Parts: sequence; C-alpha cells; structure tokens
Amino acid sequence: MLTFQFVPYSKIEDLGSARRVHMLLDLVKQNKIVILEGRLKKEEEKDLIEITMEEINERFKGIELAVISPDKKKGGFFKSMKSNLINTLLGDRSGFTIIGPATIVKQIKKDPDKIELLTREVKKKKRK
Amino acid sequence: MVVNLFKKFINKVLRNIFKKKKHLKLGLYGPPNGGKTTLANRICQDWLGEDMGSVSNIAHETREIQIKEQINIKSKGKELSFNLVDTPGIATKVDYEDFMKAGLKEKEAKQRAKEATKGVIDAIKWLDEMDAVVVVLDSTKDPYSQVNITIIGNLQARDIPVLIVGNKIDLKKSKIKKIQAAFPQYNVIGISAKYGHNMDKFYEGLFALVG
Repeated sequence: MLTFQFVPYSKIEDLGSARRVHMLLDLVKQNKIVILEGRLKKEEEKDLIEITMEEINERFKGIELAVISPDKKKGGFFKSMKSNLINTLLGDRSGFTIIGPATIVKQIKKDPDKIELLTREVKKKKRK
Repeated sequence: MVVNLFKKFINKVLRNIFKKKKHLKLGLYGPPNGGKTTLANRICQDWLGEDMGSVSNIAHETREIQIKEQINIKSKGKELSFNLVDTPGIATKVDYEDFMKAGLKEKEAKQRAKEATKGVIDAIKWLDEMDAVVVVLDSTKDPYSQVNITIIGNLQARDIPVLIVGNKIDLKKSKIKKIQAAFPQYNVIGISAKYGHNMDKFYEGLFALVG
C-alpha cells in the first residue's frame, strides 16, 4: 500500500532550512511519499540531497525527488517580477515538490508538464 | 536580497581576479555515469598526453574529488590555464544491491555504496570552490531529472559560469535538442568524450565561458 502525505507550505514556512529538510526527510523515512505545496529554496534542495546521503544505510537507500512548477515566463515580465518578489518575501508556494523513498519510488519522470511516478514491484514470498 | 547582491558582486570581483591570472578551478559536475571522467581523460590526453582517472560502466566509479593542476589549452591564438576538478556523480539514492547486480560481491558493494555517498557529499561541498563548471549530462537520458536542475540552480544562485555538455552523441538514442529545450538559457554542446567528437566546439565553449 502506498501512503501519500500532503504537506501544506504553511507547515514549513516558519521553520529554518535545516528543520524543513529534516522534517520532510523524516516523513520519507517512514515510507511516505511526500507532496509538498510549493518548493524548497535551491540551497535547501542541495541540503536535502546532502543530508539524504548522510543518512543512507542498508534500509534507507535514498530518495526520488521532483519539482513541478508552472511556467513563469508565460505571464509576461511584470507578472514574473511580481511572483519573484512574492517568492523572495514569502517563499515559493507555486507548484509541488514530490519526495519519495527510493525503496518504493523507482523513478519520477517529468516531461516537463506531466509527471509519472514509477513504483517498485513488491515481491511477496509464496507460502508452500 | 541585498546580502545576495553583495555576495554576487564579491564573487564577480574575485572571478575577475582569477580570470586575469588565467588560472582557475574548472569543475566537472553531473549525475553518475554521464562521462565526467571520460571527458577529464579526453582533456588531459589532448593537452597533457596522460589520463586523469579510471572509468567504468558501474556507476560511482569516481568516489573522490580528483584534481589535475595546470592544464594549458590553446585555441585561435588564445591561451587558458586551469586546474581541472573531476567530481563524483551527484545522486539522490545509492543502493548497494545495484552494485551487486553489476557483479560486485556484497562486501565490495557495501563499501562502494558507503564511499559513493561520501563522494556525493564532497562534490556538493566543493561547489563553492569552483570558478566555472562544466555540467556533463548523458544525452541519451532524461535531462529533466531533479539532480540536474538542483546542480544548475545552485550554480546559478552562486553566479558561477556554467557550460552544459551533452555527452555520448555517438549513441543512437542521443537527444541533444532535449537538453537544449530543458536548459535554454545555457550554451549546450554535444560531444562524444569517448571518441573525441566535437571537442573543438567544446574548447571554444570553454573559452567563451572563462577565456
């Protein structure tokens, strides 16, 4: 059974970068596929990869990560400037970030508007 | 915002000083098995007549930062001297069982996985040390992977000049246009580091980046 957990941006907006990353990673380590409203800062995405590597062991094998964000160029110069300013002041709430444990999520394909989440087959042992 | 602008200004000033010295740190970054070490070897063979590191079909062959100092390249009367930094491939997952499937024994596979995770951390930590970066992507693979976007996004945030290389153009599945569509704001050059295809264009791109 797959478990998806939605995390609204309001839940992470008051947290510092390190706590944000740890909170999301803790959920993933509970074998949940996290759907975060908005996206992390570029620096935080980098930290997420770094901390993931520090925590890899025989049971936790890493994460699959994808960000889907709307095409900001479509809105014109002023709209894009306005959204950049809002994102700088309040955080980037547009789009979604999907983070899943690598033991469950095999691959997340982006093309770039559609997203496909490929899961691993769970091998069940047959009882004799 | 003001702090970021100040940081960018300082970075630019420092970079200009390095440019004047014509001696900078050029990093090779990208996901595992994109051909970073093959490209490093090609550059070293072209200008020094020797290899830089070992290559393999098994991912995470490069697990430590490797530096080749003072490579001097010449093109159209211009000269450029740099220290080449080959980095371990950046990934979001490392599974020792994948190495076992590739033929390694369990103990070896676990050791390789441990070293690979450390390698990714080192590669990320070294990002700040670079004066310019060549991002090496496998042109037969999906360019929209978040690792690629995160690496390039972080380089952009640090105001580090980036050249994107789509490697393995000798393979039928190679799609350079897909990489160009994914990163339209960057110069993307298709090469085959293994066979040396398009290396002239690559060196021209390097001069345009930092020369």
